Amino acid sequence: MSNKLIEFKNVSFRYGEDEPWVLKNVSFAIEDDEWVAIIGHNGSGKSTIAKLINGLLFPQQGEIIIAGKKVTEDTVWDIRKEVGMVFQNPDNQFVGATVQDDVAFGMENRGVSREVMIERINQTLKAVGMQDYRLTEPHRLSGGQKQRVAIASVLAISPSVLILDEATAMLDPSGRKEIMQTVSQLQDKQGLSLITITHDLQEVVQADRVIVMNNGEIWDEAVPRAIFSKKGELRKIGLDVPFVAILADALKEAGIMISQEPLNHEELLEDLWTLHSKT
Amino acid sequence: MNNSLIIGQYVPGDSLVHRLDPRTKITIIFFYVFIVFFANNLPSYGILILFALSSMLTSRVPIRFIMKGLTPVWFLIIFTFILHLFVTKEGNVIFNFWIFEFYSGGVIQGIAISTRFFLLILVTSLLTLTTTPIEITDAIEDMLRPLNKIKFPVHELALMMSISLRFIPTLMQETEKISRAQASRGVDFRTGPVKERIKAVVPLLVPLFVSAFKRAEELAMAMEARGYQGGEGRSKLRELKIEKIDIFVYFIFVLVIMILFATRTYG
Repeated sequence: MSNKLIEFKNVSFRYGEDEPWVLKNVSFAIEDDEWVAIIGHNGSGKSTIAKLINGLLFPQQGEIIIAGKKVTEDTVWDIRKEVGMVFQNPDNQFVGATVQDDVAFGMENRGVSREVMIERINQTLKAVGMQDYRLTEPHRLSGGQKQRVAIASVLAISPSVLILDEATAMLDPSGRKEIMQTVSQLQDKQGLSLITITHDLQEVVQADRVIVMNNGEIWDEAVPRAIFSKKGELRKIGLDVPFVAILADALKEAGIMISQEPLNHEELLEDLWTLHSKT
Repeated sequence: MNNSLIIGQYVPGDSLVHRLDPRTKITIIFFYVFIVFFANNLPSYGILILFALSSMLTSRVPIRFIMKGLTPVWFLIIFTFILHLFVTKEGNVIFNFWIFEFYSGGVIQGIAISTRFFLLILVTSLLTLTTTPIEITDAIEDMLRPLNKIKFPVHELALMMSISLRFIPTLMQETEKISRAQASRGVDFRTGPVKERIKAVVPLLVPLFVSAFKRAEELAMAMEARGYQGGEGRSKLRELKIEKIDIFVYFIFVLVIMILFATRTYG
């Protein structure tokens, strides 16, 4: 049974009266247990969507409904219990003096009792693989580790949706891999919906569905494979197409027929080495 | 990058002094600072010195860390001693040097005042050596709680302190990065006249401030996203607890005070 967890109904938003619209009449729905990737170039409105979901911003037109509640000034604290958010800069969202203090911060805000807090800290740090760093100070952690702590802090309040707002953008490739692995494991185990916001097509392959944003409007909405096959158009709206996709195109041009649009190196490899037996 | 960086001068340990509740330590030091000024003879100074030295020894902080803390005040201690030597004209003349006469009273006064100084610095640095800044923050928040009644923002003050402490290493790393970046663009921080060097700090400070403001804004947003609504209805993970050991230490300290007032000379 899946039902609509997040619903945007004709939402429009701009930062000021004289400013251009950042979002124009956007409508979409996200179900529980779903992993949706929102992708778009800088200024396409993708981060604004995240802030609207969390009630950090409010739309001028249309309405947003989360877990059956409309996002307004009055419901915002309830909404934030449902929606956890991890931001881009690992340093600027680390509030506590140590890892465990940071994980506790969200729970402290909600008046969770001390015993429950200690239990949840152990649980969530284990879930992101950071249990050995409970008393470590932030400046001794790498960017990827800090982001994992940020994810743990969000999980500690058991939200129904986790938003990663370009959470990997400031990390090195190994940190990026770390986070993507952590996230996909969590999604498997905990059954929470996931929204990853990114400008890197590489990161959308694991998602169930991809929403492509362009100039404040939904440009396309489909499964990753279908999105990947439109690489020419994607490049036109300012997105980087991964190397495998380009290679697959080049192979097709050279007359090598590949059965499906490859999402990663392994799929392409699989296709290529079985090619001869198929033809 | 900066793994040796320690905020404050905390020396990790598990001694009795380390394990004391920070509130106990702060309270005792507060009163110690007062009673130091009541000592006026050998036994009363003796009991104060005994207390300070035995806390120092039980803390098991290496002497060199304590001495490092005292470095900036050695000059002051010696200076007050010499000042008293020259200025106080009580008691008998002990010896003459050139045009100066040194009195026995001056020597005694000098030693007494320097001892006071020494003791004050010793116990207060013992606090920072055995207590993490975050523990001190917690203790201050707890001890200032009565001020909540007169609308003094105790929780906000404590949160401000703990966030500042948390960001010190971050901003230091950033300063290092910016100063390298500017040095690579030809800004010279190390040589030249003082005026030039002060001017060279400007291209360091401006980007640092800009980024600090940006950080503050993002941090505020992250805190809000995680449900921060001010101090009301918040629970706390870190807990302060008065244990038997604290009561015991209070008891000893009261004993010290009693001995002090019994032995000091009146009138």
